[in-house]
Amino acid sequence: MTLLGLDVPPLDELTHWPAFAFKNSSYLALNKVGLIYLIAMVLTLALFLIGGSRKKLVPHGVQNMAEVGVEFVRDQVVMQTIGPDGMTFLPYLTALFFFIFFSNIFEIIPYFQFPANARIAMPMVLALITYVIFNVVGLAKQGPIKYVKNAIVPPGVPKAILPLVVIIELVSYFLVRPFSLMVRLFANMLAGHLILATFSIICTAVFKKSVFVVILPFSFGLLFALTGFEILVSFLQAFIFTILTAVYIGGSIHPEH
Amino acid sequence: MLHVLAAAAVDNNAGLQTIGRGIVYGGAAIGPGIGIGLVVGNAITAMARQPESAGTVRTTMFLGIAFTEALALFGFVLAFILK
Repeated sequence: MTLLGLDVPPLDELTHWPAFAFKNSSYLALNKVGLIYLIAMVLTLALFLIGGSRKKLVPHGVQNMAEVGVEFVRDQVVMQTIGPDGMTFLPYLTALFFFIFFSNIFEIIPYFQFPANARIAMPMVLALITYVIFNVVGLAKQGPIKYVKNAIVPPGVPKAILPLVVIIELVSYFLVRPFSLMVRLFANMLAGHLILATFSIICTAVFKKSVFVVILPFSFGLLFALTGFEILVSFLQAFIFTILTAVYIGGSIHPEH
Repeated sequence: MLHVLAAAAVDNNAGLQTIGRGIVYGGAAIGPGIGIGLVVGNAITAMARQPESAGTVRTTMFLGIAFTEALALFGFVLAFILK
């Protein structure tokens, strides 16, 4: 696709990666996205296994990082949304936060340069795990009838518009919640990847054309700034996914009256 | 002649499709843009008035942003699946 004299590659070329290992197997075939997820998993496991293996009273090194991470999730996510009851879910939320953050941050790491969550499979799986957890917790804590009633009948709604509100709440509670959780992570990472790719293409195109090289500092400066912005977005999307999971679980534990 | 016209019509359709995608996403981004502005603006006002409640306000602000942003994301997805 040529746009304003620039060779913009089609979307498939930016997001589809051919397998480089076990090419003949349909189950074991590994491409860049799979490799990034494996590295993110190993990093998350290593952070907490190494950080937790040699506990010292005065933490430093890996243990310090692990403790800062756990405390961040505990104080900023669990305590703000669920309260002390939610400490049961701290391991899940911490693992979720670090796994999403590590797989996002590969967006700006040279050679990889791809946020693994820009493919929808893993956001979908994570959203489904969250969906199952908050539904099971709600069913177990409140019982089936009370849980569904609390979920779809908001308190203090006039009788006349209740049927309409119930339909809206039913759709938003059981369909829009997991869907928006999945799409938010996926779309933000894909959009970030496309923006970085577009500005890289602009920089190379400007660099080749001798007259236009004067605007190279501006386009490169913007690329540099956007790379910094994408670090923020990687962190923020992991945080938002975690905090929304906590809010949904909190709503299942303490329903509004 | 007919072949040329048919080819031109196909090209035209692809162009219109692209324009349609742009309109879909552009339209879907207007409301959430205003909404996120309102959410963040009011959150900053609240934080400035009561700095001690900044932690709670920040969490709620991210929630508000996330819910408002969902509408823009539907537009983003629709722009891709639109055929």
